[in-house]
Amino acid sequence: MSFLVNLALGLLFGAGLVISGMADPAKVLNFLDLFGTWDPSLAFVMGGAILVAFVGYRLVLRRHEPIIGNSFHLPTSGDIDSRVVIGPAIFGIGWGLGGFCPGPALAALGLGATGTLAFVPAMILRMWAARLLADGQMRARAA
Amino acid sequence: MTEFTPYASLIGGAMIGLSAVLLMLWEGRIAGVSGIAGRLLPPYRDGAFLSRLGFVAGIVAAPLLMTWGSGQAIAQTISSNVPLMVVAGLLVGFGSVWGNGCTSGHGVCGLSRLSPRSMVATATFMATAFVTVFLVRHVIGG
Repeated sequence: MSFLVNLALGLLFGAGLVISGMADPAKVLNFLDLFGTWDPSLAFVMGGAILVAFVGYRLVLRRHEPIIGNSFHLPTSGDIDSRVVIGPAIFGIGWGLGGFCPGPALAALGLGATGTLAFVPAMILRMWAARLLADGQMRARAA
Repeated sequence: MTEFTPYASLIGGAMIGLSAVLLMLWEGRIAGVSGIAGRLLPPYRDGAFLSRLGFVAGIVAAPLLMTWGSGQAIAQTISSNVPLMVVAGLLVGFGSVWGNGCTSGHGVCGLSRLSPRSMVATATFMATAFVTVFLVRHVIGG
């Protein structure tokens, strides 16, 4: 059941990526090109998404628990540590080089462009390796 | 040049936001694609593997269904420079997991929750992305 609900939500998310133009790296790179062929569209993607999520989260989080499971899994750490600067700094460089962040890259996967087929496996494997590294650090700190 | 598409982008963005809200309502999770995709490979700890697989399958399937349904190809311009795209993928993969989020987790979900961490993260990746494109297009390529 959860698989099917998530499949439907993934379809909605993916369709949103395509309709918004976010799945096209050319549009992303033009958004990031303030001093060249600037295309402000992506500000509207973020604006639309945040508007809906800002209101929607407030309504949903009035509930005591989600529909399945017994608690909301919200990030609890409020610390501004080095990871929350170093990680996004590196992520932004990759985003600026390829025009892909994780969602749009997955949405582009089935369309099978050469650049996507190079990007996605590298991204997934590096995510996995980074998670193992992060888990290892956390365990070392706890020990 | 790409065409400025304020309405389509606003509607598409609203769909992304709605998906995030419904995921929170359904099972109380943040719709962060790096968090979801980064946990597709083992170890599996929290029993949410099938949920994640479903969400990723939906994202992958959406453009295919739209293409089949409409008979129109989806406009995409992607660099076919394989080494460049591999390096970009490695940087995005590492950075998004190391920083606990990407454009969706920090940029959409985190900002909507007014999380200070997500504000720092989003400002940081926007800044380095702007600088990277500036360097590539106007300094190196200029």
